[in-house]
Amino acid sequence: MFADFDFNVIWRSLPYLFREGMTFTLTLTAIATVGGLILGTLVALMRLSSNVALSTFAASYVNLMRSLPLVLVIFLFYFLMPYIGQWILRADAPVQVGAYTSTIVTFTLFEAAYFSEIMRAGIQSIPRGQVMAGYAIGLNYREVTRHVVLPQAFRNMLPVIFTQTIVLFQDTSLVYVLSITDFLGAASKVAQRDGRLTEMYLFAAVVYFAICFTASFFVKRLQKRISIIR
Amino acid sequence: MPMITIENVSKWYNPTFQVLKNCTTSVDKGEVVVVCGPSGSGKSTLIKTVNALEPVQEGTIMVDGLNVTTMKKDLPKLRSRVGMVFQHFELFPHLKIVDNLMLGQTIVLGRSEDAARAKAMAMLERVGLTAHAQKFPGQLSGGQQQRVAIARALVMDPICMLFDEPTSALDPEMINEVLDVMVALAKEGMTMMVVTHEMGFAKKVANRVIFMDAGEIVEDAQKDDFFGSPRSERAQQFLSKILAH
Repeated sequence: MFADFDFNVIWRSLPYLFREGMTFTLTLTAIATVGGLILGTLVALMRLSSNVALSTFAASYVNLMRSLPLVLVIFLFYFLMPYIGQWILRADAPVQVGAYTSTIVTFTLFEAAYFSEIMRAGIQSIPRGQVMAGYAIGLNYREVTRHVVLPQAFRNMLPVIFTQTIVLFQDTSLVYVLSITDFLGAASKVAQRDGRLTEMYLFAAVVYFAICFTASFFVKRLQKRISIIR
Repeated sequence: MPMITIENVSKWYNPTFQVLKNCTTSVDKGEVVVVCGPSGSGKSTLIKTVNALEPVQEGTIMVDGLNVTTMKKDLPKLRSRVGMVFQHFELFPHLKIVDNLMLGQTIVLGRSEDAARAKAMAMLERVGLTAHAQKFPGQLSGGQQQRVAIARALVMDPICMLFDEPTSALDPEMINEVLDVMVALAKEGMTMMVVTHEMGFAKKVANRVIFMDAGEIVEDAQKDDFFGSPRSERAQQFLSKILAH
């Protein structure tokens, strides 16, 4: 059955696939995850604050980002970012932002909206008594949030955060719309150049699966180490 | 000047429900005051107003000469001097026992790690739990957790201690280990305000007993007067019900 398949194309293109493609995929995933989590936590805290301006802004931001398809947001940001940059920096002309920078900012801001909802659920699941106990020993709002609420919220939401990261890892393949080459894009290019579509796409599937499987193993170990003993 | 003063305090949760009705009382230095009453009488809410965990709409609360009701910026500092023990312990489950005791010391009081650890171990010794310092709260029994909670309040060197039904969530066989710690504390002269149903504890170490019902302080008497001849009918009914067994 596999007689007509030429799997050598895979070995020949391995350096290109991983040095060019996978590097971008992993970099984008890492930056968007870390940046998105930090920003998302901030947005979650803003949304839960008693300051109406802050909470309304945060809610609007999250609702907007979660209403639009990612591929559309990628395009929108790519075309709008020069003008936004001009407005922020008060420059004379639209600021030149390359596709690479644009996608990093886009993905971070997009993921932040999703992570914000995850962290908001985590923060709200912490019993009010915990917050009161923190205040009772003399911690202020910032200290209670940092030392009592967020550590527990993060540990509780780790499985969901990991799921979101997996989705993000897969979504990075959308960057092809801006002609950026991620791992899947690199596999596609080789497939089309060498006329070996089946082999390359099969290989890409195996690689994505292997990475997700390995990641879930490490996350389970991490979870065991930091999860709260009840 | 009393350590704690509660003057004409009223609190509404919403326009139709008044949880505290014009409460006035005080606690002197070294006094042990027990607050009792039926469920929903407002006793937990009253004790939480003392360190401003529950805001009030009317009235004044003073602790060690400082007006708690109008304080904003210095509230954390005052709260660190008022120890509080909760019904459900509320230890920080993601921190080891010793870290639970060190958190307030290092962040609020600015003690060094070594000084904080030494004090933490000393307080654990006092409540008899040094062997559990490296464990997590989830690995301890309820009675042990509550004793740690008392130690967590004591490491801050408080001027007074507030207890909100400290034994209500405990299995009967663990109640005594916690009460023993509280009795020892009282005998050392700690100013204590204790919301509890444990009348045995009240009879042993309380100076005064306050009886609350439906948001009001119905009776506020010296211990012997309260148990010997309570004046109000509601207090008599309450006592007869809970002293039955």
